[in-house]
Amino acid sequence: MESTEHKHPNYMAVWAVLFVMTVIEVGVAMLSHIPRALLVLVLLGLAIWKAVLVAMYFMHLKFEPRRLLFVVLAPLPLAVILVVIVLQEFPG
Amino acid sequence: MSHAAADAHLLEPGAGVYHKKLGMWVFLASEVMFFTALIGSYIILRFGAAESWPVPSTVLNIPVTALNTFILICSSVSMVKAYAAAVEGDQKRLRLWLLVTVIGGATFVGVQVFEYTHLIHEHFLPSSGLFGSTFYTMTGFHGFHVSMGVICMTWVTIQAFRGRYTRENYHGVEVIGLYWHFVDLVWIILFTIVYLI
Repeated sequence: MESTEHKHPNYMAVWAVLFVMTVIEVGVAMLSHIPRALLVLVLLGLAIWKAVLVAMYFMHLKFEPRRLLFVVLAPLPLAVILVVIVLQEFPG
Repeated sequence: MSHAAADAHLLEPGAGVYHKKLGMWVFLASEVMFFTALIGSYIILRFGAAESWPVPSTVLNIPVTALNTFILICSSVSMVKAYAAAVEGDQKRLRLWLLVTVIGGATFVGVQVFEYTHLIHEHFLPSSGLFGSTFYTMTGFHGFHVSMGVICMTWVTIQAFRGRYTRENYHGVEVIGLYWHFVDLVWIILFTIVYLI
């Protein structure tokens, strides 16, 4: 048996953070007078942060053996390569 | 205890987790590639047609979808609550939280159907240019994933009411939970990229 099984992270705290971040995201998106590049950067940053929180706490990646992380992270470089290579097709 | 020996057999020597969980993670890794292909195509098409791309908030209903995002996040929390109850062998709370999760997922799909009918009414269709096709492809495939999740989750809930999951055997709940959170995670990304940016 895994040894971390009997101690659960504070799920409600994670939920609260996810909720607040979603509110901030929608709020930021409604602001029309901030530069577009900054807006995209902030929104993507918040989304990735939220996704990492879900993976770490709800999917328990934080408490899994390090080796499982390699299985989980394996597709990420492939995903980046896929998008970057197809983007090369666009001139300029 | 004999279950300790049985558990040793279930452990995958390579990754250090039991087989079902490793299997689900490998499946989810392939799902990452699937959604990357969709999101990647969206980004590339949008870059290529930046001038003619409509501002998403002029076409889509952001507040309703933000509420839907919130519902999906809540159903993820009810899922971990169900998992925690399963680990502790608390049958009553396991059943309750699984039911809440099924209702949350079904509500999400329901709101999405409502959104689609509304959009179609306003003549925003898969044939309405690049944004239309990419919007329906991405949200449609995601909605399909949630629907499959609701069906599987309903099955797990029925099994829970039959007393299938115990303190020693909660793997089914954990594995469906991984899928559920993954679909939530994909939505977090999709909501930002398709609706907000």
